[in-house]
Amino acid sequence: MKNDVIIIGAGVTGSAIARYLARYDIKVLVLERNEDVCTGTSKANSGICHAGFDAKEGSLKAKLNVQGNKMMEALSKELDFPFVNNGSLVLCEKEEDRPKLEELLNRGKANGVEGLSIIDRKELEALEPNITEHAVAALYAKTGGIVDPFMLTIALAENAADNGVTFKFNEEVKEIKKVDGGYAVVTNNGTYEATVVVNAAGVYADVIHNMVSNDKMHIVERKGEYFLLDKSAGSYVKSTIFALPTAYGKGILVSPTTHGNLIVGPTASDIEEKDNTETTAEGLQEIRNMVDKRVVNCPLNQVITSFTGLRAHADRGDFIIEEVKDAPNFIDVAGIESPGLTSAPAIGVMVSDMVRDILKAAENKSFNPKRVGILHPFTMSDEERDKLIKEKPSYSSIVCRCEMITEGEIIDALTRTLPAHSLDGVKRRVRAGMGRCQAGFCSPRVMELICKYTGCAMEDVTKFGGESKQILGKIKESI
Amino acid sequence: MDERVIVCIGCPKGCEIHVKYEGHEVIEMTGNTCKRGEDYVRNEITYPLRMVTSIVPVEGGEFATVPVKTKSDIPKEKIFDVMRELTHVRVKAPVNMGDVVLKDAAGTGIDIIATRSVK
Amino acid sequence: MHCDLVIIGGGPAGLAAALSARENGIEDILILERDHYLGGILNQCVHTGFGLHTFKEELTGPEYAERYVNMVLDKKIPYKVDTMVTDIAPDRTVTAMNKDDGVMKIEASAVILAMGCRERPRGAMNIPGKRPAGIYTAGTAQRLVNIEGYMPGKEVVILGSGDIGLIMARRMTLEGAHVKAVVEIKPKSGGLVRNIEQCLNDFNIPLLLSHTVTKVEGDNRVTGVVVSKVDENMKPIPGTEVHYDCDTLLLSCGLIPENELTRGANATMDPKTGGPVANDHLMTSVDGIFACGNVYHVHDLVDHVSEEAVKAGAFAAEYIKEKRGN
Repeated sequence: MKNDVIIIGAGVTGSAIARYLARYDIKVLVLERNEDVCTGTSKANSGICHAGFDAKEGSLKAKLNVQGNKMMEALSKELDFPFVNNGSLVLCEKEEDRPKLEELLNRGKANGVEGLSIIDRKELEALEPNITEHAVAALYAKTGGIVDPFMLTIALAENAADNGVTFKFNEEVKEIKKVDGGYAVVTNNGTYEATVVVNAAGVYADVIHNMVSNDKMHIVERKGEYFLLDKSAGSYVKSTIFALPTAYGKGILVSPTTHGNLIVGPTASDIEEKDNTETTAEGLQEIRNMVDKRVVNCPLNQVITSFTGLRAHADRGDFIIEEVKDAPNFIDVAGIESPGLTSAPAIGVMVSDMVRDILKAAENKSFNPKRVGILHPFTMSDEERDKLIKEKPSYSSIVCRCEMITEGEIIDALTRTLPAHSLDGVKRRVRAGMGRCQAGFCSPRVMELICKYTGCAMEDVTKFGGESKQILGKIKESI
Repeated sequence: MDERVIVCIGCPKGCEIHVKYEGHEVIEMTGNTCKRGEDYVRNEITYPLRMVTSIVPVEGGEFATVPVKTKSDIPKEKIFDVMRELTHVRVKAPVNMGDVVLKDAAGTGIDIIATRSVK
Repeated sequence: MHCDLVIIGGGPAGLAAALSARENGIEDILILERDHYLGGILNQCVHTGFGLHTFKEELTGPEYAERYVNMVLDKKIPYKVDTMVTDIAPDRTVTAMNKDDGVMKIEASAVILAMGCRERPRGAMNIPGKRPAGIYTAGTAQRLVNIEGYMPGKEVVILGSGDIGLIMARRMTLEGAHVKAVVEIKPKSGGLVRNIEQCLNDFNIPLLLSHTVTKVEGDNRVTGVVVSKVDENMKPIPGTEVHYDCDTLLLSCGLIPENELTRGANATMDPKTGGPVANDHLMTSVDGIFACGNVYHVHDLVDHVSEEAVKAGAFAAEYIKEKRGN
């Protein structure tokens, strides 16, 4: 029953820590309040692999960002998730702001970012023909990239699970008690004990921290609204386009995604609500107003969805990764806002080293760092696909026609390690419903497959677990 | 004398028909472009009729349900009586388009028929 | 594999085009349909209102489809169901796949595009608020109710008064739901007046013109929506917000021709219709590729789709015969 480590939260941070902890011969349990991995901040962000010139010199953000960025490409091959090194640009929109660009360049160099340069209007135009006419120069970061945040998180978690880490879902932590030799974590379902507890609870990290410490923490939810555009708009820019940063972060960016969509956002407003992911008319209007300052005539008529993400902003302004002073063996990994996604692998290494030292853990000799992702037949040649279909006919049947997702892929998502249980779970794993019709066509068929492979009734199928039911009964029941 | 504007549902044109009537008797009708409209308005002021369509479950067929309709119009006031009676109807495959799935629905004298074949 | 005429889509347009091409002397025809059966979207349109022009009687969607399917079967026109076309090259090589044939390449002398259309999703409308379960396009709800026999919800608000939305207001009411309002941003409904009459007025469902949904509420399932009046520029007027408790929001905000394959074939598109540009022989900018039905432009009536498809079939037949030199 007793675990060596309990990780609270199965977002990208918790999953990365779990994955790197799997390298040691210890018993690791991940507790997640929602029904799946990647359901909080990790699922709603820009999907950027930042180069690392933003954060202040000497900060954890700076260090882990640059490390994470350097790890990402190799990790994407090891764990089979989409990553593209598309480069990023910070636009200087006023002549008088040039010194700020220089400042950013110097900070980046101090942070250890390679391949930074300032380019003039001419080079910028050659790189990005749709760039705003106001841009006079830009900082070009060759190492900037984009990553699929869902697949990064899922891949880390799956690889952790494949190497023996246990994940428990729908476990909401209610209380944490200090017990002999560690902690007892009480959830809505039971009590779990461990020597070390890692708090990777995202916007809830303050609530979890405050359960064990008198030195109270405060996390502010910094809300960011986004537009996602159709793939037909995906090549509108090649690089990720930022403005010069302000107090509220990096401002509204325009970027392709790893799947060829275009993402525009985020806004930034501080709220004090942990789960308020609603979009607002004002927020969406702000994006429309701001996007023109980055690119010319952004095709916003091709928006396929809008969404809101919450960044977990700590008062300290930097990542908080440390053992809690009045709670030995309790490690906070809090305030993981941007560049948290990029930093996740480096955070995983850092925290797993801390835990190893506490537990004096031995290596896990059978650790397998490789994970094979879900096969997407449309990345294959016609000949390969033909052969595949003849072996496995379920790969011939298209369920999601926007993203060309086959039944075989959905079955894989529903039956592999850490399987999907809901429509959103399937969507994050294989992109069925992520396309331009936004699940209009495929959802009845995905629902049928969920019933078939999880053994539930249509009335039990949810969008994202809990009470998010898709169907409210059979016809004629209440005439 | 009463006066009403009735939108004809007989075809996609949707003529606006002005009718003056006394009890069940039409005194004047304008705006209809065909005989169907005239008939429709006469019915509307005396005894409105509607077609009802729905689906019923099929056992052992290639599909789980089969669409159905009233073979002809039924009194509008009987729509939900017919729907309630359909609640109990189940059919076994094979079903042919036009097969009767329920005789004399809700005492209207009108049968319910399948509108698709299910093997 | 070679084929004189490949028809992409076995809905009303594809079936009528195939019959017409056959009547005009083309023997070697292949219809490719991605669903399990022919007939397309008509199979889920169980309401009446089809066929007045074509058959001189009022039919339901499935009846209209079955009559055409029976004619195609009678004429022994070959077809493949459960078959997805993944690419049409400008040289009319059609790539398709199904479980029996695997990936196949068909070199067609002519191609008729008859893929139909799809619904405009929520994202395209940018309704602010949360993203709970219970938001469906009217067509998805129609499939769940009319094919699968499930209720997507019980307390319903419908945004958009297109015909599918109106039809679904009635269908869901008949099956036991309570439709609280149909909300239309324009000052006039996009649906047929007879549908407003028989689908809304018959059941006392209010139609709110010049209104729109300005917020979706609910953390898990939809719990309500906010409806606001809009001004002449279709912008919501502050202070006019009215809250509706509901568990479901259906969207019926228009249809878009489904042209992924058309674009892949490099056909010139018409931004006004969303379909390909075609000449008066219904041929797109790509030689030998024709288009008809809702993939070309969205039609109000299936009868008009069939009519257009008959022409496309005849033009394609003429084209094939000309190329053969007879």
